[in-house]
Amino acid sequence: MLSVIIFLPLAASALLALVPRIAGPVARWLWLAVAAVEVVLVAVVWAGRPTGGGLGFEERVPWIPGVGVGYHVGVDGLSLPLLALTAVIFLACAVYAFRDHDRPRTQSALFLFLQGTCLGLFAAQDLIVFFVFFDLSIVGMYFAIARWGHGDAARSAFKFFLYTFLGSLSLLAGFIGLYVASSPHTFDMVELTAAAPLSLSPVAGGFVLAAILLGLAIKTPTIPFHTWLPPAHTDAPAIGSAVLAGVLLKMGTYGFVRIAMPMLPGSWRDWAVPIIVVGVVSVLYGALVALGQSNLKRMIAYTSVNHMGYIVLAVGIAGLIGSSDAVAREVAVTGAVTQMVSHGLITGALFLLAGVLHERRDSYDLDGYGGLAGSAPRLATLFSVGAFASLGLPGFVSFIAEFQIFTGSIAVAPVTAIALLGILITAALFLRAVQRLFGGPLRGRSVGFVDLRAHETLSTGVLLALAVVLGVLPRPLLDVIEPAARTVVSLVSR
Amino acid sequence: MSAAVLWAVPGLPACVGVLLAVIQPRSRRLAVTATVGAATVTVGLSLWAALSAPSVSAPFVLGTGFDLAVDPLAGPVLITVAVVTWVVLIFAAADTDRDAARFGGLMLLFLAAVVVTVTATTVPALLLAWEVMGATSYALIGFAWDRPGKLQAGAVAFITTRSADLGLYLAAGAALAGGAGLGLADLAQAPGGWRTAIAVGIAVAALGKAAQLPFAFWLSRAMEGPSPVSALLHSAAMVAMGGYLLLRVPGLLAAVPAVATAVAWVGALTAVALGLVALAQRDLKQLLAASTAAQLGYVVLAAGVGGVTAGATHLIAHAATKALLFLTAGAWLSALGTKQLDALSGVARRWRSVGVLATIGLLSLAGAAPLSLWASKEAVLASVLSASPWLYGVGLAGAVLSAAYAGRALAVIWQKAPPGVEAGFDTEQPGTRRVAPGMVLPLALLAGGAATLGVLVLPPVSVAWRAAVGDDRSVDPGALGLAVAAALAIAVLAAVWRWPVPTPDWAHDWLRLETAAGRLVVVPTIRTAALLARFDDRVVDRGVVGLARGGFGLATRLARFDDRGLDVAVTGLARRTFDLAGRSARIDDGVVDAAVVGFARSLRRAGRAAQRPQTGQLHEYYLQSVAVLAGALLLLVLIG
Repeated sequence: MLSVIIFLPLAASALLALVPRIAGPVARWLWLAVAAVEVVLVAVVWAGRPTGGGLGFEERVPWIPGVGVGYHVGVDGLSLPLLALTAVIFLACAVYAFRDHDRPRTQSALFLFLQGTCLGLFAAQDLIVFFVFFDLSIVGMYFAIARWGHGDAARSAFKFFLYTFLGSLSLLAGFIGLYVASSPHTFDMVELTAAAPLSLSPVAGGFVLAAILLGLAIKTPTIPFHTWLPPAHTDAPAIGSAVLAGVLLKMGTYGFVRIAMPMLPGSWRDWAVPIIVVGVVSVLYGALVALGQSNLKRMIAYTSVNHMGYIVLAVGIAGLIGSSDAVAREVAVTGAVTQMVSHGLITGALFLLAGVLHERRDSYDLDGYGGLAGSAPRLATLFSVGAFASLGLPGFVSFIAEFQIFTGSIAVAPVTAIALLGILITAALFLRAVQRLFGGPLRGRSVGFVDLRAHETLSTGVLLALAVVLGVLPRPLLDVIEPAARTVVSLVSR
Repeated sequence: MSAAVLWAVPGLPACVGVLLAVIQPRSRRLAVTATVGAATVTVGLSLWAALSAPSVSAPFVLGTGFDLAVDPLAGPVLITVAVVTWVVLIFAAADTDRDAARFGGLMLLFLAAVVVTVTATTVPALLLAWEVMGATSYALIGFAWDRPGKLQAGAVAFITTRSADLGLYLAAGAALAGGAGLGLADLAQAPGGWRTAIAVGIAVAALGKAAQLPFAFWLSRAMEGPSPVSALLHSAAMVAMGGYLLLRVPGLLAAVPAVATAVAWVGALTAVALGLVALAQRDLKQLLAASTAAQLGYVVLAAGVGGVTAGATHLIAHAATKALLFLTAGAWLSALGTKQLDALSGVARRWRSVGVLATIGLLSLAGAAPLSLWASKEAVLASVLSASPWLYGVGLAGAVLSAAYAGRALAVIWQKAPPGVEAGFDTEQPGTRRVAPGMVLPLALLAGGAATLGVLVLPPVSVAWRAAVGDDRSVDPGALGLAVAAALAIAVLAAVWRWPVPTPDWAHDWLRLETAAGRLVVVPTIRTAALLARFDDRVVDRGVVGLARGGFGLATRLARFDDRGLDVAVTGLARRTFDLAGRSARIDDGVVDAAVVGFARSLRRAGRAAQRPQTGQLHEYYLQSVAVLAGALLLLVLIG
């Protein structure tokens, strides 16, 4: 089942790439159909997930048995929400791009390829499989930015590629460290998690963790490895940005809970305080720098640094096992995983909406617009809803995420309450942006602005509606995440 | 059944509100009907819920439920909120003419949030409603988004109250750590330090929402919103909810006396300071706003000393009074296009019925007997007196001020309009010069409440209510106290009527609180943000780019080394190899091959020499055999 989910988009991508005679509209329909089928398939997996702990829908095929590499996939409460998020984001992108006439066949092929790699990564239970999908996604995104981007796309794509590729090499070095330390040697994630091979050698464990953390920190990104993000987002096409923010960044944060924490519990505990500090600084610094932007897409990009900072804070908190209550740490980790879903839905929608500004007027400059609510009321409504969602307003899933992160963190380390200022600054920056874009009399680029079309409204509306539904009725999501978060916390406490 | 009713009280307005806001039906009649209809049903549901006192629970976060309950304290407040919203919406149906769907949708959504705030019994449910209330207030204050400054006014209100809301997040974290649970009733059981943190967090959040010092300034900016919005948000609902939250947690405040005392003092000082601000205003809505903060001061003061039912009565009585006055101001604004007191001279004479109703509201605000705020304020002060005479004194000073500013407004609206007053009309919006008949009935309903709701603090109602709530700190106002309060109010009103009031102009700018917040918080934050944005581009990014360029530089140098060094070396090596090979070839030719050739030649020569004996002649062979034998014999002889 999982293999179907992973390889169906890859097969469709190959078909589109290899048969040049396929017409553009056919390609768009095929992409849309595959993306819709993927959502259904993931829903089936969601419905049939194992109710206890452990992996469901496992598949295991030897691949390079000589070095302990196998094609091993499976889902649990950590990966399932991200698989679902990936399927939903890509479907939204397929809808959003439905009327785009810029090389539809190759673009559909590229995004189907990207979808397959993202799904493969979140399902992977083998480090090498994880790594392969990690690198393939970087390659896919490079082409998405370089070929379909605007502005200084080639340079931004190159920067993105070099930076994250460097990160992936660091990650690979860490994986090899884990392999060497394990006995018998293996890259299998389940076995490595059970064995926690470096728990008796803190120095070597520290180096391996450092290598893995560097790779994940670049991908997430955290301070100070975030500077590839703003140019990549600014110059990427709307759907590229949505996928980059919505799905690709999650590969970094997912790596924390899937690889770094359970496989290197001792080192994670040793490094908990610096990780928390990086998280808190990312929260405040990302929010403040976002407040200082006048380009809408750069602003949203920096809020991603802020939002990812909450996740880093929460996973760091899980390593502070001194005198604290396990319940508070579980709450923080549950919040972190919820935040991955939340940020994907909300920021994905915001980037798609920002793309409309570029598509219509070729500019993200906040000061170039004004009174846009007059000419584009639907855009104004949806963007304002997205802005309030992104600033963590209760009633949206972002509140469920951030509220748990804050309460869990404050309960374990009260000093982290300083991160609360993050939601205040994001409130200020989003309201300022709404005011500059939509408020006041109609002027500048807002004059004659064409409001959202059906496919734009539908794609972003669905993402935001999901953010509301999960914000009001969070149990279906939390019931999946909470047991997995409990497992992670107990693994870190070993 | 009653559980379903309790879910429906917030559920119905929320659903209708979202539908209206999303679909935005073109027909104004449809939008207004849906809005007023939903509000009407909500009033009915609230009454039902208040009488049946149900409680409901749904699983939510942190292992805590989304729990709602209607208890003897929540019931009357719930009814107040629902009725005031309903009245305000009926008024607005006669007033608003733009975007009826958006307005109605947002108002209903706001109502739903307030209902949940009133009935929530756990911190997560409360916090959810609390902040949604703030967000909808942003959208309502900035309703006329195309007019400069409106959205910004909404943002000031939202961000200021949200900065106080952080207290609730802190309280939730502390409650989680304390382990006593996240129910509002459990908070007092949290251990030591955590309990203090919870109390501080909740107090800050409440004071922010209630527009107490030092947060009061956001209420001034909130007056940019339409009058019906002010009438609901700043009388019965949002601001009042700040005071209400403190009334909800008497056990917690009693367990942390320092916080309770601080809360009481903030309330008392706000009553005085904002009373002075109200006295200094020249704009009717600004006067009413400052008065709201001052009156909420009494609710906060009551909560600080544990007088729950006294505070709740003041809250309810003030809701009716202030909603009435804001709507009156709105009616005059629509008619004359101004809310400046100077231009409103004699306005009560022009429209007598509205003038009379406004007078009831202003007299109640002044504390004139037998109107509602007279009784409720005296109940609060009676409860305070047993706690601290100093607090009582400050509270009394606030009462004098409220009589003074209400009296001043009364004097203005009833005086003979001076000639040339028309010059001040239409300065804020074009006036219609008429008061719609549909506006008078809602005003009359509120005036009825403003006149009579004081019975809640008088026996026998007060005794029964205190028993139901479990409030043993509130006391009935004494006959002497009531008489003194009534006399004081009459005296101040008479004095203000007779002599011009000295206006404390230094308080006109709301004590410059917003300027201070701007100088101390906003401007430094924006500067820091701009600085950090530049730092990020010029230092962090350049650092990385520099590092990368360094990498490229190293690569370039390596490449040059590769070309000039390695390549030369390799080329040299190759050349030398070729040389060597050449020499080897020569040696090969000259020596090895020659040797081989020589060897072959000598072999051939030997072969040829060996052929020579083969003559084919027998005698020669015999001779050769003899020679060999002779040689062998010679060898044997020599060796042997």
